[in-house]
Amino acid sequence: MNDHTMPAVAGSTPMSSSPPSSPSPSAPPSPSSWRVGGVELHSRFFLGTAGYPSPQILVQAIEASGAQVVTVGLKRQLAHGGAASDFYALVKASGARLLPNTAGCTTAREATTLARMARELFGTTWIKLEVVGDDYTLQPDPFELVSAARELARDGFEVFPYCTDDLVTCRRLLDAGCTVLMPWGAPIGSGQGLINPYALKTLRARLPDVPLIVDAGIGSPMDAVQAMELGYDAVLLNSAVAQATDPVRMARAFRLAVDAGRLAWEAGVMAEQSMAVPTTPVTGRPFVL
Amino acid sequence: MTDIASTGTAVRILVNGEPRQTGLTNLAAWLDGEGLDAAAVATAVNGDFVPRAARDGITLRDGDRLDVFRAIVGG
Repeated sequence: MNDHTMPAVAGSTPMSSSPPSSPSPSAPPSPSSWRVGGVELHSRFFLGTAGYPSPQILVQAIEASGAQVVTVGLKRQLAHGGAASDFYALVKASGARLLPNTAGCTTAREATTLARMARELFGTTWIKLEVVGDDYTLQPDPFELVSAARELARDGFEVFPYCTDDLVTCRRLLDAGCTVLMPWGAPIGSGQGLINPYALKTLRARLPDVPLIVDAGIGSPMDAVQAMELGYDAVLLNSAVAQATDPVRMARAFRLAVDAGRLAWEAGVMAEQSMAVPTTPVTGRPFVL
Repeated sequence: MTDIASTGTAVRILVNGEPRQTGLTNLAAWLDGEGLDAAAVATAVNGDFVPRAARDGITLRDGDRLDVFRAIVGG
């Protein structure tokens, strides 16, 4: 583990390894690309595909988000039923990379079995590993999560663990073979934003070289800006877009927010001052009247 | 309910939690009998993943739990 000192403060420079893209004279700066799960991505916005008013709006939202990664799920069902199953062809056509989840699992055994099914069904080794330990908060069970992550990483999966913001659990997940972490901002679907920025800052400071994605709890684009300004590599969200009055417009809003927050992190936010500091470079008073 | 005449002895199994009786005791044949597209579903028997290529070698027995999963939207 790296022994970086605590914590990221306002005005500090990015600790992530990827350097910002150097803009050509004509093009405005854009956020740097990054690597996760063995691939290079330009977008830092992972979008969930559940709960949209229609499959068409989902497709338009994916397009407006610019997301290169979308999450999908599996359900125990025999029948090929209606709109819910048409979605797969549409999502595939969007060209986005798929990140299947293990939603609903409460044990490592369930999650590893479901992950293997997902690998076959979606043709990807990527898995968003969810192992829930509490029905009310949908808080991950760290013990089952680490156990499942270890088994799946050994089996060749790129494990994207949905985890809490607990630093030591995150370390255990890295030890288990994860190369990316997805700590929650707040409980899934709650839209409460980042309820513990201190813990998220600590993770960023202590794990400077690990791709970190805030997953769950983001409610408004402001929360996405905050996550990115903390130095997170990406955000994953679903309800905040799907449940907006106009999901397509909101997808675009989040895209802009993610880019704005990332650019701010790369640019280095100024240090906060406790008192006013004059901006205009006058010397003394302009007039003495 | 599948025609039980095809392979002889019928077995009672749980399919996605629902009790079923079938004479098609070969997993690949059972899926085919249900009219399911083999590539559109993932299967587990008694909680263990059964890869597509292994379905033909799986015999369903009395009391087995068969789970069949499909792709859906997700967060």
